[in-house]
Amino acid sequence: MSMAKARQPSPQPSRKQLLEFYESMALIRAFEERFVALVTQGKLVGTGHLCVGQEAVAAGVCGALEEDDYVTSTHRGHGHCLAKGVDPNEMMAELFGKTTGTSKGKGGSMHIADFRKGMLGANGIVGAGMPIACGAGLTAKLTKSGRVAVSFFGDGAANIGSFHEALNLASVWNLPVVFVCENNRYGEATPVEYALAADHVADRAVAYRMPGVIADGQDVVDVYAKAREAVDHARAGEGPVLLECETYRYYGHFLGDAAGYRTAEEVESFRSRDCLILLAERLRRDHEVGENQLDGIRAEMEARLDEAFAFAEASDDPALDELTTDVYVSYP
Amino acid sequence: MAEIAYREALRQTMREALIADERVILMGEDVGAYGGSYAVTKGLLDEFGPDRIIDTPISESVIVGCGIGAAMGGLRPLIELMTINFSLLAFDQIVNNAAKLSYMSGGQISVPLIIRMAGGAGSQLAAQHSQSLEGWYAHIPGIKVAVPYSPRDARGLLRTALTEQNPVIIIEHTALYARKGEVPDGDYAIPFGEAEVIRQGSDVTLIGYSGSVFQALQAADLLTESGVEAEVLNLRTLRPLDVGTIVASVRRTNRAVVVEDDWKFGGFAGEISATIMEEAFDDLDAPVARVCGADVPIPYAKELEQAALPSAQQVADAALKLM
Repeated sequence: MSMAKARQPSPQPSRKQLLEFYESMALIRAFEERFVALVTQGKLVGTGHLCVGQEAVAAGVCGALEEDDYVTSTHRGHGHCLAKGVDPNEMMAELFGKTTGTSKGKGGSMHIADFRKGMLGANGIVGAGMPIACGAGLTAKLTKSGRVAVSFFGDGAANIGSFHEALNLASVWNLPVVFVCENNRYGEATPVEYALAADHVADRAVAYRMPGVIADGQDVVDVYAKAREAVDHARAGEGPVLLECETYRYYGHFLGDAAGYRTAEEVESFRSRDCLILLAERLRRDHEVGENQLDGIRAEMEARLDEAFAFAEASDDPALDELTTDVYVSYP
Repeated sequence: MAEIAYREALRQTMREALIADERVILMGEDVGAYGGSYAVTKGLLDEFGPDRIIDTPISESVIVGCGIGAAMGGLRPLIELMTINFSLLAFDQIVNNAAKLSYMSGGQISVPLIIRMAGGAGSQLAAQHSQSLEGWYAHIPGIKVAVPYSPRDARGLLRTALTEQNPVIIIEHTALYARKGEVPDGDYAIPFGEAEVIRQGSDVTLIGYSGSVFQALQAADLLTESGVEAEVLNLRTLRPLDVGTIVASVRRTNRAVVVEDDWKFGGFAGEISATIMEEAFDDLDAPVARVCGADVPIPYAKELEQAALPSAQQVADAALKLM
């Protein structure tokens, strides 16, 4: 099934949009690398699932969304949150377990949520976001709000029951949901070739009577173009789409995972097609953007992270009476 | 005040909610055209149409996950999961998401979701269709668990659930659907965490919920023949649990028997028993007794199934031993 019929060709992103993608990806990269640095320096205790290498997926997909569209995310969710507009200060404060964090310090890395931004939550259970995105999509459909729900998930989640239940439901109910698979080639330590009984996750779309599309997850322009088409398709009431983005995580499953299950050559093959490098080449080639300007953007993002760290460090720890609040919604 | 069946009390209350609030939708397996596996949703599709009364595929995980997302989006979904046995396919979504999203998001997210399911045994449906797992749900902070015994409870508790901002699980009992009772009309609601003293007595407190209230009441009748006046409590909700009413009753009677269809080992009866020990130890004249289901999967054959479930006679015998 093709989405192309009777559809306008996707607009090429403008110079301004490309610079915004660069900024978004640089912010995610800076956030994740700062997280690593803070853990390494002992300023932050704990671990996290880093999305360094996958930034183009978050930036390209969220770039195709409106502010009030819904997103469900995964345990590897910092990039999705930042790309959807969640405040880095509040995210960093959350990682520090501070009261100014997105979840007042009660959620941590795997549970960052910001309702104001349509971010319905990262999720620590593999595949759990897809059913929830169906519900957000159902709300949009029944209330005719025109919103779209995007559910990010990994290649590992393509083998869990909720993937199949959610794709089937979204299709039979014709829901405005875009399922975005970040295929980073490993479910924890298990290679996708071993775990997936298909050549591509997107191949499974045909089983659920929806378009299945593959994007180059290192190339934000390709991700954006295909996400834009999928989101437009869903918003127009034409039903769900499965979009698979082929990408890679440079770190292991979590910070501290030595990732001995993959070769240096494989890592290098993806690093050589790094999303920031590819976009920088395009900006220089097609839009005469100088290296200075890109250096400037990256420096600006580093400064943004200085601010986020300072904010988190200066924030208060939660009072102990916060332990028992928010278990239930309290009435005014 | 009309005398109607338990299932009709549920149906009428849902119908009123669908009329009163356009955000209310009903989702589940065969809730529409078929009218529900226990005929609780009969006629609602014709009246409210397929955008409000939504048949789902047999996909419990996505049914509940979708309900969570819809609740977060501003709807008020009423989900029917057919039976508590099948709810295990959705256990992850209920326990890991519905119960925790408010807390994990620092109170940003509320999930006003109602999940109805039928529990209990007694219809020779054997081991996979006869369980009483409500204690598992009651174990989880972040959800509320209602267990109606009477048609009045069914209406009153469902009406309260409809005003909740938190996820509520309502566990109905297959043996109670056809039972009739008087049900108040209008704004009648039963607050969560308020047990009913369904029969007053001074010698022993029999504590039940859902179907086991029936055995407790029958046992109370048997006990009068021995000159024992039993008080019977209908808990109505397991979480929140009305500890106050339980303790006040035990302080008067000084003896307690907890009656539950579920297995004794690790079950909710143990929670009640321990609570009484903590709160009313000095008032007890005898150890708290538990009369629960046999420690086996529920068998098929009628005689074996009945032997696996607590009987009124067992409850009465247990009470007499405390005297």
